[in-house]
Amino acid sequence: MSAGLRVEGLCRSFGGLQVTRSVDLDVAPGERHLLIGPNGAGKTTLFNLIAGDLRPDSGRITLGSVDVTRESTAHRAQRGVARTYQIVTLFGRDPLLHNVKLALLGRSPMRWRQWGDFSTDARLRERALAVLDSVGLAAKADLPLEQTSYGEKRRLEIAMALAQSPSLLLLDEPLAGLSSSERTTITELLSGISGEITIVMIEHDMQAALAFADRITVLHNGQVVLAGTRQDVVDDPRTREIYLGH
Amino acid sequence: MKRLLLVAVAAAALTLPLWAGGAYYVNLASQVMIAALFAMSLNLLVGYAGLTSLGHAGYLGLSAYISGWLMLRLGWGHGASALAALAGTTATAALFGLVALRASGISFLMITLALGQILWGVAYRWADMTGGDNGLSGLTRPNPFGIDLAAPGHFYFFTLVVLTVVAGAIAMWVRSPFGASIRATRDQPRRASALGFNVSLIRWITFVVSGFLGGVAGLMYVYYHQFISPHSISLANSAEMLLMVIAGGPGTLVGPMLGATLVVLLKNLASAYVDRWVMLLGIVYVLIVLFLPGGIVAGLDRLGARLGRVPAAPRRTSEATPPPGATEASR
Amino acid sequence: MSFWLIQSLNSLALGGVLFTLAAGFSLIFGLMRIANLSHGAYFMLGAYVGLSVLDQGYGFGWAMLAGGLSVGALGAAVERLVLRRLAGKTLAQVLATLGIAFIIADASLWIWGGDPRPVSAPGFLRGAMQLFGLTFPAYRLAVLAMSIAIAIGLWLLLDKTRLGVMIRASVDDMHMARAIGIPASRLFTIVFCLGAALAGIGGVIAAPILSVYPGMDADMLPLALVVVILGGLGSLAGAFVGSFLIGFIYSFGQVLAPNLAYFILFLPMVVILAARPRGLFGRPMA
Repeated sequence: MSAGLRVEGLCRSFGGLQVTRSVDLDVAPGERHLLIGPNGAGKTTLFNLIAGDLRPDSGRITLGSVDVTRESTAHRAQRGVARTYQIVTLFGRDPLLHNVKLALLGRSPMRWRQWGDFSTDARLRERALAVLDSVGLAAKADLPLEQTSYGEKRRLEIAMALAQSPSLLLLDEPLAGLSSSERTTITELLSGISGEITIVMIEHDMQAALAFADRITVLHNGQVVLAGTRQDVVDDPRTREIYLGH
Repeated sequence: MKRLLLVAVAAAALTLPLWAGGAYYVNLASQVMIAALFAMSLNLLVGYAGLTSLGHAGYLGLSAYISGWLMLRLGWGHGASALAALAGTTATAALFGLVALRASGISFLMITLALGQILWGVAYRWADMTGGDNGLSGLTRPNPFGIDLAAPGHFYFFTLVVLTVVAGAIAMWVRSPFGASIRATRDQPRRASALGFNVSLIRWITFVVSGFLGGVAGLMYVYYHQFISPHSISLANSAEMLLMVIAGGPGTLVGPMLGATLVVLLKNLASAYVDRWVMLLGIVYVLIVLFLPGGIVAGLDRLGARLGRVPAAPRRTSEATPPPGATEASR
Repeated sequence: MSFWLIQSLNSLALGGVLFTLAAGFSLIFGLMRIANLSHGAYFMLGAYVGLSVLDQGYGFGWAMLAGGLSVGALGAAVERLVLRRLAGKTLAQVLATLGIAFIIADASLWIWGGDPRPVSAPGFLRGAMQLFGLTFPAYRLAVLAMSIAIAIGLWLLLDKTRLGVMIRASVDDMHMARAIGIPASRLFTIVFCLGAALAGIGGVIAAPILSVYPGMDADMLPLALVVVILGGLGSLAGAFVGSFLIGFIYSFGQVLAPNLAYFILFLPMVVILAARPRGLFGRPMA
């Protein structure tokens, strides 16, 4: 079920600004890959390109063995791409359970059903509760989103991404803005994710991220400066120069 | 509590000709229901899909004109012309949807306005076909199962049946998984895409269904008035319909009905006491937009909460979508 | 030959009128991102106010002044009392302007009645003028001249004055403008007032050509929209070019292909919105 990700020569510019410059990325199936770089390096843009929110000017994106460069976001999601966002973009007026149910619905043929009652479907509810349980939020299932903490919302996002049964998981700064105990919770959660799922993560929290990553890519000004195993990257003086000395 | 209310309303509706106080009021009730049909069809777009359209009267008018013209000029029967009208209107909605949905937000508003104006322009200018400013008159009401609908009471029940069927169908539809996906595209289109929902297709389908139901409302309109003119496709009419939806409470089942009732009653009854009912409508509407973004439905919710019965559904303000109505669970 | 010239002059005159209407709309949208659906109503109201002033025996100049000032004041009031309360919620603001349009339209009907009211051009502009050996209706020439004057005035305002610089900066980048201390709220009121006033003056100028009648607001608004969509929302140059383009299309269309007139007018708008939402000159819309 897991798929590798390969990005080749990806370029994207806005107006005159080259935001992504011929980026290559090679992620093996089941690998935990970390994407780091200073602010403005183009990390989130790269995620948007991989997920399909942006179209590249040139280059290729391959998921598993399929070229998805020309496919829409929804299409790629159907192929198993799931992501979390830097800013909270959950369905705010709905309870947690509903959010997870929607995540489950997205990849189910049930999403085209024009009859039946979505809110009371027992099987869907059960599955959604199970997902919430896996992130420790089952007790809050029926609470509206506005009654949850930021940390809980973050957990919910991860829950929803997992609910999509992804083969590739893109995590955009999953630890940002969290207290240290919340960070521990989420880090534990992440390390518990099945090895069947390939994970690419953008993170600034170096401790957590480094513990997590198999391989690392360093981005700067839209370009790949350095890529390799955790040790390679940590030892390389360029990394320190660009970024790690914070 | 809600069950009780529903039963009471149903009972009142079923017995209306008995207590309404004369043909005038029975006809008024029919007009309210026809307006409710308009508003409910538009609400699918505005309230559930989050796409504010200012050209919806176009589908009403198109359906009315097609049906009227076929009967008048080609001598078709009611059934055949109704089918043709609905087919034509739905096809037009499908085409318009492809064009309009390339835009969103204000652009979408303007495209739908422009498309509505094109239809209006055709109705107004192509006098040979449409009778121009004079419209088509001398149309007749259908005779379903031999029942003569000329009598107000008969037409009232006919309309009540149509309204009930349409309202029931809409209720089922929005409650379905697909309905949930429509709301998802309204609330977080980007997130919905990322979850695998085909946002464009979902929106287009909603657009087409909305146009189709607008066509149904158009048929009821032309049967009631036995007349159709370009005014029905005018921008003013589209705007009035939008008012009904926003004032009543977008994204709810009951909202458009309340909005339609407000507008039609103001139009017909208030004018007996208050000369400037349009101004009154405008003022009420602006006040609602300012202070009660969820429409009358939201106001009733809060009233209910004050009276201690039902906790108010969570409110949310978002500037990207039309003002919210109640959540799916409480309606 | 003279048919073409006369029609061209009519087109130019109409274009001039449309410019006063579209310029205000474009300014308001460019700065505040509000599609002011009551803009047609301001136009109509200005025309009615001008009519009343003329009825009282005052001159056309006074009528224009009154039309502009009264509508401008109304616009400022609407912005402060209604639109400002909905700051940040552009859709709600647009909906509010819709309601305001209803109110203004009905109030006008109430005050001035339902009959169309013809308006005479100022005395010295009635009749024809000789130009290059040809006879032209004088008032149309005057309308063209006035609209060009207004265009120049607006350009000077935006390009040479401090206010204009602030407006342009805010249109370009609102966040930055706020960050460097430009008082956005006050600017909004000023621009909305200005936009409305332009529409009001435009109504008075247009009155001798179009008359003043209930429903004029609903007739003019779509035209304003076509112009600004074609020309690009927020672009004054675009509004200028677009106005005359539409003036020509509409005038000639009315005469040569009346059945298709509306079609010809709105189809380009649809195409542009669908294919290139920025219009011919403008910037991407929110």
